[in-house]
Amino acid sequence: MEFNVNKETKTVTITKEFDADRDLVWDAYTKPDLLDQWWAPKPFSSRTKVMEFREGGRRFYAMVSPEGQERWVLQEYKSITPKTNFKLFNAFADENENPQLPGSDWDFNFIGQNGTTKVHISIYNESLERLERMIEFGFREGTIAQLENLEELLASLSK
Amino acid sequence: MKRDVFQAIADPTRRGIIALIALQAMTPNAIAEHFDTTRQAVSKHLRILAECEVVRQEQRGREVYYSLVIEKMKEIDEWLEQYRKIWETRFEQLEEVLAVMKKQEKR
Repeated sequence: MEFNVNKETKTVTITKEFDADRDLVWDAYTKPDLLDQWWAPKPFSSRTKVMEFREGGRRFYAMVSPEGQERWVLQEYKSITPKTNFKLFNAFADENENPQLPGSDWDFNFIGQNGTTKVHISIYNESLERLERMIEFGFREGTIAQLENLEELLASLSK
Repeated sequence: MKRDVFQAIADPTRRGIIALIALQAMTPNAIAEHFDTTRQAVSKHLRILAECEVVRQEQRGREVYYSLVIEKMKEIDEWLEQYRKIWETRFEQLEEVLAVMKKQEKR
């Protein structure tokens, strides 16, 4: 998996190749029953309440913690090119589908090649929300070199 | 509003200051020499960095030296790592789902 943060474009990009046909991968991203099987990182689970996969449609789902706590997310599908690309607007929401803005723009690309599929995701963040802020300002690009310095420093300090 | 480590790095000048003082403690004047801004602007950034608790100040004679609180910066690293891990876990799960789908397709 490639994972990068670009400070200038305020974008996180993630690329991953899967050993499966593009049709299968596309389904796994666009059908709620399949999406719910993998979207939430363990020990969380994903529970889709509404999903209309069409332009202008939406997915309203909850990330559910092991204790049963729900974190709702509202996604609106902005454009869809079947088996190739779809774009959505992503925002946290309350349980009544009221989004908490600002959100982020997600762009999913699917490239099939000899039975494997490369998925390329870019996430554009306008948000100043705490957790996204760091990505927005591109920690990885802007400060990775100094972080490596810090790691060396830390290693020497912990000796 | 309580400041946190993410605000510390939310500005290019502050990131520059962090990089500088990661290597050695410095006075505000010495820091300001490295930037194309006024001494006042640098002071303001140093104040924000202090409020974010990523720098510590030490009086040496008449001068105040600023140095980096490395443990604080580590929080950012840990957060980024968590975000990356979320995607890794997600994709591992997707690989499992795809494997099951492939089997079902063959039937």
